[in-house]
Amino acid sequence: MIRFIVRRLIAMVGVVLVLSLLLFFWLRSLPGGPVSAILGERATASRRAALEAALGLDQPVYVQYLKFLERAAQGNFGVSTQVLPGTDALDIFWMRLPATLELSFFALVLATSLGIPLGYFAARRRGSVLDNTSIVMSLIGVAVPVFFTAFMLKYFFAVQWNLLPVSGRQDPGLDATRITGFFVLDGIMTREWDAAGNALLHLVLPSLALATIPFAVIFRITRASVLDVLDEDYVRTAEAKGLTARTIRGRHVLRNAMLPVTTIIGLQVGGLLAGAVLTETVFAFGGIGQALYEAFKDKDYAVLQVLIMAAAVIYVLVNLLVDISYAIIDPRVRTR
Amino acid sequence: MRARAAVPFTFGAAGAPEMFDPLYATDGETFRVTRQMFEGLLDIKPGSAEVVPGLATEWTSNEDGTVWDFTLRDDVKFHDGTDFNAEAVCANFERMFDQNEAGQVAAEYWGYVMGGFANDPESSLYGGCEATDEFTAQVTITRATSGFPTMLTLSSLAMQSPTAMEKGDANGIAAEGEGFSFPEYAQNPVGTGPYTFGEYDEANATITLEAFDDYYGDAPESSELVFKVIPDESTRRQELEAGSIDGYDLPNPVDWQGLEDGGNQVEVRPAFNIFYLGLNPEANPVLKDLKVRQALYHALDREQIVQSQLPEGAEVATQFMPSTVSGYNSSLEPYPYDPEKAKSLLQEAGAEGMTLTFAFPTDVTRPYMPDPQKLYDALRTNLEDVGVKVEVVSASWNGGYLDNVTAGKYDAYLLGWTGDYNAAFNFIGTFFGNLKENDFGTEVMPWGEQLAQDLQAADAIVDDAERAAAFETINQQIMEEYLPGLPISHSPPALVVGPEVEGLIPSPLTAEEFSTVSVGGQ
Repeated sequence: MIRFIVRRLIAMVGVVLVLSLLLFFWLRSLPGGPVSAILGERATASRRAALEAALGLDQPVYVQYLKFLERAAQGNFGVSTQVLPGTDALDIFWMRLPATLELSFFALVLATSLGIPLGYFAARRRGSVLDNTSIVMSLIGVAVPVFFTAFMLKYFFAVQWNLLPVSGRQDPGLDATRITGFFVLDGIMTREWDAAGNALLHLVLPSLALATIPFAVIFRITRASVLDVLDEDYVRTAEAKGLTARTIRGRHVLRNAMLPVTTIIGLQVGGLLAGAVLTETVFAFGGIGQALYEAFKDKDYAVLQVLIMAAAVIYVLVNLLVDISYAIIDPRVRTR
Repeated sequence: MRARAAVPFTFGAAGAPEMFDPLYATDGETFRVTRQMFEGLLDIKPGSAEVVPGLATEWTSNEDGTVWDFTLRDDVKFHDGTDFNAEAVCANFERMFDQNEAGQVAAEYWGYVMGGFANDPESSLYGGCEATDEFTAQVTITRATSGFPTMLTLSSLAMQSPTAMEKGDANGIAAEGEGFSFPEYAQNPVGTGPYTFGEYDEANATITLEAFDDYYGDAPESSELVFKVIPDESTRRQELEAGSIDGYDLPNPVDWQGLEDGGNQVEVRPAFNIFYLGLNPEANPVLKDLKVRQALYHALDREQIVQSQLPEGAEVATQFMPSTVSGYNSSLEPYPYDPEKAKSLLQEAGAEGMTLTFAFPTDVTRPYMPDPQKLYDALRTNLEDVGVKVEVVSASWNGGYLDNVTAGKYDAYLLGWTGDYNAAFNFIGTFFGNLKENDFGTEVMPWGEQLAQDLQAADAIVDDAERAAAFETINQQIMEEYLPGLPISHSPPALVVGPEVEGLIPSPLTAEEFSTVSVGGQ
């Protein structure tokens, strides 16, 4: 197992290096750049040249890349030019990460806590009202784009009915203490219950919007997987052995049916990040997704590079965790 | 955990501030915040572009306009308790002048108005500063210019505490990777204004400023100002409608009526901008012919465009500056919309059926250009109606459009300008005053050099009336003899505040001071 993990981690370094190279050259091949974003209408050829020289953008791209690698090896990935000018891009990643993790966590909790039980019961009561209703819900979840769901939720629950906040992570009027950057957790740790509650309220709509697709996918995979397992010989054997329905459901059906569901949950983490770009932008949530959107809009090279590479690292790590959890759920994987 | 004591004024900002040292700031979102904390020697009269006393109560110059004595207020302290006096003023000028390599690029406004820094004094407008007594600062400039001392109203040139700047290594800016890393001071700025810096909660994207108890002027109406960063405009509108912010800048003109119907107050600023169709004879030699340029101008139905595409209060432009700027020529009439005349002028020039690579920007709205594509479509249709073959080109504002305009890749393009301060040279000098570097390609025109020289000469006239007359003459020449581009309109940008907000005075320079603003009279 350890050799397997080490091998995957080494492969990850390769992935990040190749990605950094592609990303670096691709970004600089796009028209425009930070100089236009900074100077605006004030741009003249000489001011542009001076700024390019100061930012090192006048050098050949391969020289810029080598310098980037040299700095990156020392943990310096450059500073932001637009998202939070002057701030280390890696610091921006760490600063924005809690928002995205908090949002993704709540979205994933919503998606799994609804998707798995509903999928399981829908399969057991195939053709029932619950089954049909859940299928329609999951179809809507998959078919409707996240940004549209986000806009609709925001329009009705925040703007029209004023039940929930429109955007942001916490009301600016609150003097909340920051410890971890996870606002709900910080509120609980410091016993600032109104801060925790306020942050929780801000999470409801974005996490609902973000949860729609993972919910639909998890529901459908759970339902299909449970249906498959219910038809397996070993379930029939268990029934023939006279095991209680509870034991059969817990030990044989659910546990086996969870294997593909676990894989799908892992894959959904990547999807969550993609969804977070839209959801965070609609709700001005201030996470990595919104930073990514702003960085791309304003050609903030350093921030784009760090965020995309970090997303790749997270994706690889999550899938490694999925593989490990696979081994825990299915003993056969361990022995291979 | 404590709730704030008084009702703050919460403003929805479109972007995060760059940092809080105005010298290195370049964007409106940063200046909106710093303006509440810092003050300049000169100020702008609220609601106008008129220069009025700020930290200096009087200013006089020698005959040739190169030595200026500023009499300072004697009752001002910086937020950190440092005395404001002539030494502090000179320390500020010297600090701005003495920038390292990175600082020279980052201090863009100083570079723009002063021309150079300590390492290149020959290019610099700033010559030196001397404290002749405790409350008189004498500033020397190397040549007379209409921009001085008006430029001292710029937020970038505001006065900052010498003590705090020294302590926080204010000039310790450095180029790092592809950006600048700012010194500690830029996150802990100290000015003389009605508000002091509170905190920047980056995780929650909010900036809080607190009322300065020892402010020498009227105490600010709101004890606290909050800027909440909400990049998406529709979200800003929804936040206002939900009552979680009290205002935001530049609402889309199509939303104005809806916002007012919802009880909000749309505050329309007097227009202090120009929207123009730029022409580049370097890219398309056919445009060197004045008749062709006049034909294109007559082809444009600007009255219709202003009425149908621009917000209420927009005006057809007669020249490259708004009427509030000294040097505006009120005798100039708009070129009438006359497609027949346009066709005949094109015929006379032998340019019937000419092709024009005409570009517009995407992914942007500007105060003078709320919807670039709609404006473009209207202008393009006008040009095609007189037989011009338009090659439609578009590019993202930050994704190549501005680069291409500067590089002279388009025959025609849409662009504009919002004035930095009330001086004619800030408009037409910016456009045509630098022969080698302008977007209108005037270098290839026989009159280009003369125009640049005339502008520089007018800018150096010390007497206000004489200078205004010179600029009026130049404006007439530009519109009647040169026509280097086609001024379209002046659009009034607006900002919107909620029903409970009182005391906001909209500024044509988009330089609102929030110290007079309160929410619900509290």
